[in-house]
Amino acid sequence: MSESVETLVEKKSEPLFSKKNKKLITNPLDIDNPITVQVLGICSALAVTTQMKPAFIMALSLLVVTACSNVAISVMRNAIPQRIRIIVQLAVVSLWVTLVNELLKAYVYDVSKQLAVFVGLIITNCIVMGRLEAFAMSNKPWPSFLDGLGNGLGYGLILMAVAFFREILGSGALFGFKIFEAVGFHYQGNGLMLLPAGACIIVGIVIWVQRSINGYRESH
Amino acid sequence: MQTKNEDYSVRQSNLYIIIYAAVLTLVCGGLLALASEGLKEKQQFNIALEQKQNILATVVDLQEGQDVNVLYAQLVNEFVIDYQGSIKEGIKPQDVNLAAEYKKPPEQRLLPIYEFKNESDSNKIDYVVLPVYGFGLWNDIWGFVALESDMNTIRGVKFDHKGETPGLGARISSDDEVQARYKGKSIYDNNKLVSVTMMKGEGNDYGDDPHKVDGMSGATLTAKGVNNMLTDYLSSYENYLKKKKANS
Repeated sequence: MSESVETLVEKKSEPLFSKKNKKLITNPLDIDNPITVQVLGICSALAVTTQMKPAFIMALSLLVVTACSNVAISVMRNAIPQRIRIIVQLAVVSLWVTLVNELLKAYVYDVSKQLAVFVGLIITNCIVMGRLEAFAMSNKPWPSFLDGLGNGLGYGLILMAVAFFREILGSGALFGFKIFEAVGFHYQGNGLMLLPAGACIIVGIVIWVQRSINGYRESH
Repeated sequence: MQTKNEDYSVRQSNLYIIIYAAVLTLVCGGLLALASEGLKEKQQFNIALEQKQNILATVVDLQEGQDVNVLYAQLVNEFVIDYQGSIKEGIKPQDVNLAAEYKKPPEQRLLPIYEFKNESDSNKIDYVVLPVYGFGLWNDIWGFVALESDMNTIRGVKFDHKGETPGLGARISSDDEVQARYKGKSIYDNNKLVSVTMMKGEGNDYGDDPHKVDGMSGATLTAKGVNNMLTDYLSSYENYLKKKKANS
């Protein structure tokens, strides 16, 4: 592939998109998905998935935050004092989250109102902290960036899937566009899908489907 | 490995930790301050736009894609009055900080007014929109009340809040149906200001009582906050309302 060109950037001989690095992105999408396999970040997955638009913005925000914090922590990893490393991680995450929140307020104000506290709560999202502790603290910036990207995408994938079903079943729309009415018949929205309980059921079904495809067994 | 161990022990020293933490705080704080300053104008523009939207929404059905700024300039005449109902020159509504005014005694409050001009006769007004401010269960609540030209019948309300419970008290802003309950109610009973009270319990019909609206299940304390806010602020506007009534 394009490996020969990319190697110039990295000093070591490992290509930018080596098999190992590619796995960092693809694993969290499926076999190591933060929501369905590691079961992290469920809270926001239940809360912001009534419609696709806020879910999309939320996923994007988390993607930016995980990727950027992973890189920042990875760059700082050799200078961070062990005893205060969690606080340092928290400070870096909060920095990115606040920046993202300010940007949302400036450019997509209505969505930022809808997401309200949940963007702020990315700070305590287990996915972000988990990746910093487990990966960025002991890896170089580039793999850390890919790892953050992968996990952000894995989270986003599930969020979008859940939001797709919730919005189409709950309000008969996608991204706010009334699909059923456009085709010409009246759709009575399913109220359960608009409640967090609906999200719980959908996340459960997604986990079920995914596990039966992957042949996942509880004890391994 | 040896150098790494040495490096590691330096990183354990208290001085290093304190300096590290201090520098980190400075860098993070600096970046955030920069971002906040840089984006301030854009954010305030959004907030102002939303306010105009809310004011318009109490009276007209806003269509998507309508230019709020144009419509607002066309329809609304904004100014600030004092408790006596006389216009305060030189102060614009956007300069009035309602959160601060709300804490003052009613006689000292600055009160913004938004009048909807009559399309054919610009001396007449069709509606008047009054900002209201109060305290809900957890934090501040606020909104706009639009009155018809009789200065008595409510044309529409738009509430918002800072931290009411989602799904319960937060319905004052998220649930259009809750706000629609106020439509057509009247605030005066034989020239006596009685405001409109949101009752306890939900699912009751108050259709024939002009001063009561159905409550929100599980949000009685937010409803109380709304009731206090309306009584408090509507009585602040009373002198102005009387003047308007005498004129028409």
